[in-house]
This record gives sequence, structure tokens and C-alpha cells, in this order.
Amino acid sequence: MLSRTADNLFWLSRYVERADYLARILEATSRLAMLPGAGDTAWASALITAGCYDAFKEIYGEPTTETAIEFLAFSDKNPSSIRRCLETARFNARAVRTALTVEMWETINGAWLELQKMNAKSFATGRSSQFTDWVKDISLRIDGSGHRTMLRNDAYWFTRLGFYIERADNTARILDVKYHILLPEASAVGGGIDYSQWAAILRSVNALTAYRWVYREELRPWLIADLLILKPELPRSLAACYGAIVTNLDSLSNAYGRHGKAQRVAQTIQTALQNTTIDGIFKIGLHEFLTKFIADNTKVGQAISDQYLA
Amino acid sequence: MAFNEMLGSDGGVRAPYAGVSRWLESVNLDQLDRRRAEAELFYRRGGITFAVYGDTQGEERIIPFDIIPRILAGKEWNVLAKGLEQRVKALNLYLADIYSKQESLRAGIVPEELVWQNPAFRPEVTGVAVPHGVYVHIAGVDVVRIDENDFYVLEDNARTPSGVSYMLGGREICYRLMADLYGAHNIAPIDHYPDELFSTLCSVAPQRAGESPNVVILTPGQFNSAYYEHSFLADKMGVELVEGRDLFIRDDHVYMRTTEGPKRVDVIYRRVDDDFLDPLVFRPDSMLGVPGLFNCYAKGNVALANAIGTGAADDKAIYSHMPEIVKFFLGEEPILKNVPTWCCRKPDDLAYVLEHLSELVVKEVHGSGGYGMLVGPQADKAAIADFKNRLKANPANYIAQPTLALSSCPSFVEKGIAPRHVDLRPFVLTGANGVKIVPGGLTRVAMREGSLVVNSSQGGGTKDTWVIDL
Amino acid sequence: MRIKVQHRTTYLYDAPPSSIVQILRLTPRNYEGLQVRSWRIFLDHDANLVPGEDAFGNIIHTLSLNRALDDLTIGVEGEVETTDTGGVVKGAVERFPPGLYLRDTPLTHADDAIKAMAHDVIGAKEGLDGLHALLSTLHETLTFDGTRTDVKATAAEAWAAKGGVCQDYAHIFIAAARSMGIPARYVGGYMLRTDMQQQNAGHAWTEAYVPSLGWVGFDPANCISPTEAHIRVAMGLDYLGAAPVRGSQSGGAAEQLQVSVTVGQSRRQQQN
Repeated sequence: MLSRTADNLFWLSRYVERADYLARILEATSRLAMLPGAGDTAWASALITAGCYDAFKEIYGEPTTETAIEFLAFSDKNPSSIRRCLETARFNARAVRTALTVEMWETINGAWLELQKMNAKSFATGRSSQFTDWVKDISLRIDGSGHRTMLRNDAYWFTRLGFYIERADNTARILDVKYHILLPEASAVGGGIDYSQWAAILRSVNALTAYRWVYREELRPWLIADLLILKPELPRSLAACYGAIVTNLDSLSNAYGRHGKAQRVAQTIQTALQNTTIDGIFKIGLHEFLTKFIADNTKVGQAISDQYLA
Repeated sequence: MAFNEMLGSDGGVRAPYAGVSRWLESVNLDQLDRRRAEAELFYRRGGITFAVYGDTQGEERIIPFDIIPRILAGKEWNVLAKGLEQRVKALNLYLADIYSKQESLRAGIVPEELVWQNPAFRPEVTGVAVPHGVYVHIAGVDVVRIDENDFYVLEDNARTPSGVSYMLGGREICYRLMADLYGAHNIAPIDHYPDELFSTLCSVAPQRAGESPNVVILTPGQFNSAYYEHSFLADKMGVELVEGRDLFIRDDHVYMRTTEGPKRVDVIYRRVDDDFLDPLVFRPDSMLGVPGLFNCYAKGNVALANAIGTGAADDKAIYSHMPEIVKFFLGEEPILKNVPTWCCRKPDDLAYVLEHLSELVVKEVHGSGGYGMLVGPQADKAAIADFKNRLKANPANYIAQPTLALSSCPSFVEKGIAPRHVDLRPFVLTGANGVKIVPGGLTRVAMREGSLVVNSSQGGGTKDTWVIDL
Repeated sequence: MRIKVQHRTTYLYDAPPSSIVQILRLTPRNYEGLQVRSWRIFLDHDANLVPGEDAFGNIIHTLSLNRALDDLTIGVEGEVETTDTGGVVKGAVERFPPGLYLRDTPLTHADDAIKAMAHDVIGAKEGLDGLHALLSTLHETLTFDGTRTDVKATAAEAWAAKGGVCQDYAHIFIAAARSMGIPARYVGGYMLRTDMQQQNAGHAWTEAYVPSLGWVGFDPANCISPTEAHIRVAMGLDYLGAAPVRGSQSGGAAEQLQVSVTVGQSRRQQQN
């Protein structure tokens, strides 16, 4: 397969995943911002989590619900707004349409066509959930159509790698922005706001219900960290992402008969995640752990790029 | 009065159209309209689109497809095919000559300045041998019909002619939507075109490539108006669709970057213009080509189809010399006719053209796609005055031809069934083993009443072309 | 005259490119005005350097390298024996008839201003007279000034700026000559200067076709005919066809270019 084709498939998935993640942040923050006293910081925090706070401030100054939603969801000035993510995903798809199944192409192309008709005004204040639901639905359909229709060959594995590398990055970033409210001592502070914040984190990774199934107790910040980092059962945990990354990289190395740096680095990260506990993580520091993880995950992305995509 | 391909000159239905005529009487317009809608849906769904240059909306449009096929009798086609083969053979011999011995120049067949000062002539490839002497592997020769027996060549497209995906797409629609009419005819197949193209390309591969050369299609990318066709052909031939950045040069050979490492490339069906192929030899600002490609090509380590510099044979000034070129290289009388052409670089011709602008069609020597042309009889005074100025400012840039009465075929238009003017672009393949032409080609139809401009960029549509056993 | 040339081109890369391909036109070819005594190209890194010839008969080397480098130096060292031929070029490789050198190129395209100037200056003057008139007009009108143009400047741009470097003078001369139907071409090489041995670039001039004489050299930047001080290396339709180095890199970041040219008379001869 052409390296560029693999590259397009990889980034197609990354942008779809990113759009999905942004939609979830938008949704969780909208809820949070409605709580008395939480609104002021909620949107700033969301923009930081999305990695575009500085760009936002330059244009709008202090965030309000309207400007933040506009910027995160629709703005052309924000290169990683949901709209731009979906457009970039479709651009990548069009470049390799013969490597996609008809179902995948039609889902992506259809989403793009619908997107042309939307703007911030399509959604009245307080009804942004209509849009975020649509985005989540699109990502489910793209993910699902790929899963159901693609041949299990290198094209499939590269799309999967894109999803999981992006997902691991997103989960780690959410945790990192909120790490201060997840520290064990934070529980002493407690209170309604904290509870809502914790719930917001879980919502943004689609894990509020999952938390209760796994732990069967009230929200505890360290358990939230445990769930999102170490629990392989949770599809968005770092452990789950790395399980999938290693599997897909192994499929590639088997098919190509070559084992390289990407496989080695990913394996090292997976082993570390398997051999650590949440107490161990708090001991070195949650923020320090996450900073290192984000850097390591970027290294895996770079290794995949060097080995296959360049 | 234009020749009506169904009704002929005496008003009776011509034999090849007997089936179509009966069928047209039996269907009602609603049925036709439904089929037209289905055909459009087929194009939309498949994303069989093209972009129009200068269209700021960057919209992806579809070319209108007229579901009523155009019919050619087998014996008509056979004559046409012989003429096309002759014409393309002559084009190849001419190119081989101007890039090596230049005998045709010494013999005065073509004025020297039409070679040396022709922007499409590439001095850089002089002396570069091409495999089997083939320069134009894929030609799209535009042919128009004037009456029962006369076919004229309008243009020899020897660079990167497009449209074959519409030819194949049109046939696919006819299979699906016109089963009644289709079944009643014995139609020569065209579906094997991608196979013929593939074997043509393989036949010119460097020897060391062995039994299964690595063929790729080089596209300028998804913003190119013909991107759909590039991806379509790659898909049908089962070859990679590459962009310049996917290729690189090592030790005078071309490689493509794959997930399994570099893979050598033997034949490039390039849909990138000469100017952009290699920034080290042609336009230095090109981002679409491959630096160093020319060197590999000159050493015979990779084949390009079409060869570099084929434009020197298909501009409209050279066109006027094609009958002499055919006679000189093949020693035969041309089978296909040439439209009389005034070359405005000649003062006498220019004077005549300026006098008779309202009767003539004026075209740019290197123009294509129907841009920058004047159809005198249909132009208003302002347009004619404008063209007068352009002609005087840069006469060598223009040629003029009489307005031909293009033949017409029954077409399904908004008002119902009515004759519309058509031309035909057959695709002629030339490889190591000679010339191959799939029967028929792309019929382009001017959908507007009375219009003679069939180019898709100017609102033209397409039709399937049936060569039937008769 | 025996002349020694040293020419070094150094590329410094901010971020190393993953591969480099270049076409070098750095080697002169014998003709009546010049005999090569010794000539070599050297590189400070291992690379493929394949000799060849382009369609115009210039000697080329294709340099290719598929490794990341921080810097790359291409050196030329050679010695030639030159003879003054009064500007007439004889015994040079000619692959094309003069008519080819009437071709229009983007760099030598004559705009209305150049056409008008050419028409005024050359007018009905025949052969050498017209070309000499053109030479002096350029000399009078243009200012030698490296800040007015860059390496991509066209003849029209340089004429509008009323100045430039030898490359621009040559392009304007060519554009004007061709617009009057006189075949003209670009020559790249070196020039021995009495005022300075150390130079920061090679030299460029032109040749025009005079039916009674054949190809004749004109050095518009110096307003002279080439003498035995001129070392003719490569010839083409414009700068791009005779450029000492035409290159491309993939990846990496902006390059810095350092060029040093030393042209001097050989010591042996000076002692005579």
C-alpha cells in the first residue's frame, strides 16, 4: 500500500475521533456550565482541554457559552473545530476513496454534505446537544461501517491505529487538565461542584454508567483516574487503547514480516500500563505520569509515521 | 442544414437507427424522465464528478448524460477506425522524427517555426529514445460527422486526453436502465478498455521490469478536474494512484513510498502536464512532479505515457499540416478529412479571417476545453469586436475554421425529444503491439438548441455510443 | 590565457532534508575559445554523481543523495586555456538550429516595454550593428545592483526595475533580441577580473545569432564582447537552462547558500 494512502487512512480516523471527543467535551461542559458558580471557568477549562484556549482568547477574549460553542463546533478560524475536523476527515477519505468501502465513503461524504448546511445559528442556545448528538452519531457510523465492512488488512489496521492513538491522547488530556480535582486530597474538599466536575469527566469519555458497573460505589476521584488509565474494560482507557494499538501493530508486522520501532515503543507502554497501579501513579504524581504518557503516545505516532507513512 | 443521423438527408429513418426510432415511438416522456433521473443519481452516488475551472464555488458537478444512445453501423465504424489508426500512427512517426532526425522539417512538410517555437515542443527530449518509438500511447481524436460518408477530425488530443471514464460510465448506465433497447441490438463491447490500457502500458515497460511491470497513474491530486477519472482508471486497472510526493528517485530509478518500503516503478501513466513533471528540468516551482524524474526517463529506466513533448503534434497550427504528415510518413492518402484551417500567423490568412469573423470558428492554437473560442455565426457584435482586437494583438495564437454543420442525434431535452449536435472522441491506444481502439468512444452532445460547443465545461453532455452489427 | 577556477557552493540546512537531487552544469566543454586542461567536481559527503549531457550539449552531473545532512559543499576546481576569438563562438556543440533560440520562456518573455525598447534601439539596423546598439542601451539604462532583483526575476521585471545583476542584463538582452527575430541564448560561466579575484557568484552573458558570422557573444553587464577572460561553461534558453545548480530537496527546512568563486591567472603563466 502507498504510504500516503496509509497516512490518509490514519488521519481520517484521527480526525473523526477528535470530532467525537470535541463533541463530548462540548456536551459535558454545557451541563457543567449550567451549575451555579461553575459557568465562569467551565468553558475556559473546555477550551484548554481541546488545546485551543490561546487561539480562542486572541479572537474572543473571555469565553461565553455562545462564543465557546461557536469556536469549538463551527469556527473556520479554529483549525480543530468539529467542522474542520470533519472536513479534514472527508478530504483524507476522498484522497483514498478506492481504499474505503462504499459504506464508509458514503457515511463520511454524507456527513460532509449535511455539515455544509449547518452553522452555529442552526442550534438555538441550550440546544447544542442536537449538534453534539449528530456528531457522535456520525462517528459511531463511520467507526461501525469500517468495522463491519472493511477487509481485515493493512488498510483496516491503519484506520484502527488512528482511532486509538487519538483516543489515548484525548483521554490523557482530559485527565491532565482536571488532574487537580482528582488528587486524593481533593476528596476532602468534596461538595456538589466537585461531584459535577467528576461526573463531567466521565461523561466526556462516555463512562459515567460504566463507572458504576465497574466500581459499584459513589464517585471517588482516584477511582476515576484508575478507570480512565488502567482499566482495560473501559474502551477509552489508556490501557484499552494500548491493548488495541499493540494488536494492530502486531497485525501489520505479521503481514509485512517486519517488526520495527513502532511495535517496540508501543509494547513498552502497554507493559508499563499493565504493571502499574493507581497508587503507584499518584506516588510519582498524576500530572507527571500523564505528561510522560502524552509524550510517549506522540512518540508512537511518530514511530508509526516514520516506519509506514513517510 | 446539419446531417441528422437518425433521419438522414431524405427524411427516412436510416438503417442503424431503425431500432431507436421504433423504441422512441413506444416510450413515453415520463418514463424517459424517470430514467434520466436514475442516471443522474448513478453519477451523484458514485461521485462521478468534475470540477469546473474558474468556478469559485469549487463545486463538484456532474456532466449531464443523455440516455438516448448514438448509433454507428459496424461498417461506418470500420472506416472510421482505419482512419484513426492511420492518423495516430502518423502522429507517432511525426513526433519520433521531430525529436530525432527532423527529416519532415528538411522536407518542408511542416514550417520550422511551428516546431522550434512551439511552446509544446520540448527541446529537452530531443535525442531521448522512447520504448518502441511510441509517443502517444493514449490519443483522444475528436471527430465530427458532416454527412453520410464524411468524417472530419476536429482535434488530435495527444497530451492527456480525458473522458474515457464517462464513456465507460455511460455504457454502465445503458446496461442498467436501457435493457429494452440494449437487448434489441448487437452492440460491440467496450468494457475491456481498462484491460487494453493496462496491456498497452505494460508493453512499453523497460525490459528489466520482466513479466509484471509496476504501472502507476500519476495524478495532480484531488483538486484536478479529472481526479475522478484518475481514481476510476487506477481502480479498474488495479494499479496505484500516486501523486508526485509519493515518488522519489534513487540511482536513476523511480520508486514509490509504500508501507513496506520503496517499490520500483516501471511505467507511469501520467495525467500531469509536461511543465509540471520535473522541477529540475521544467517549471522550477512545480510541486506536482518528481525531481529527477526526467533523468530516469532519459535513461530508459521508466516509461511515461504519454511521452514528454507530445503536445508538439496536436496543436491547432500543426493540425492544418496533418494531411501532409500522413502522406509523408505513411505514403497513404488520409482516410479522415481535415477541416480547412486558416493560420492567423500568416498575414494573408489573418486578413481573410478578420474579414469573415462572423462566419468562422476561431480557436486558440493551444486552447482546449472550449475556452477562449469564438463561434462567429452565434456571436454578437461586441464579441466579434473583442476577438478582432485579440487577433490583431497576437495573431499567431489563433486559427480559424469554417463553421461546420455538426451532425445531430435525437436527444432527450427539456422539451422532449429533439436533435442536438454531437461530436465523437474515440480513444486510440498505441503500444508495442500496435494500435487498439475500443469500438465507439465518447459522444459529446451540445444540450442547448443550435449550440455547436460540446465541451463539458461549456454545458455539453455525453451519450453512450453504440457500434452495432449492421 | 591559462585561468584557474575555484568555485564552492555550500548549503546549510536548518533542518536536514531527507533527500537531495541536483543537476549541476559546472563543467565547461571544449570549443575554439577554450580548452579544458583539468577540471573536477568534488563533494564533502558521499553521494551519487553521475555525468551526462543535456539536449543542448552541456555537460551535466546528476547529484543524488538519500541521507539527511546538515550541510553540503559542492566544489569545482579546474584550469582552462582560453583564446580570444573576437566574441565569435566556433567549434561549440550545436544541437539545434538558430531558430530554436527564438523560443519564448517565462524568464525571457518580452513585455510591451521591452518590445518597444528593442524596436527603438535595433529598428532596421542589421546584424552586429543592432546588437551593439542594444548592448550600449542596456549599459546606459541599467544599474548593476544586486538589491533590485532576485534570482527568480524575469526580464520584464528587471527592465522595469532598471537594474539587476548579470543574469538580469542577459535576460533583457535575450528578450529584446528575440522580439526582433534575432535568435539569442544565455551563457553561464566565469570571468577573470583584474579588479577582484574573489567573487561571490559566477558570471552570465549572452550569445546572439548573426547570419554572416554565426553565434556571437555579448556581455551586457560589462558592455563588451566576451574575451579570453570569459570561461564559457553552459548555454541554454535562459538562466534555468544554464544554471550551475538546479536542485530540489524533500523535507528539511530553509537552506542558506554560500558561494565563493575564485578566478585567477595560473601562476605558471604569470611567471613567464
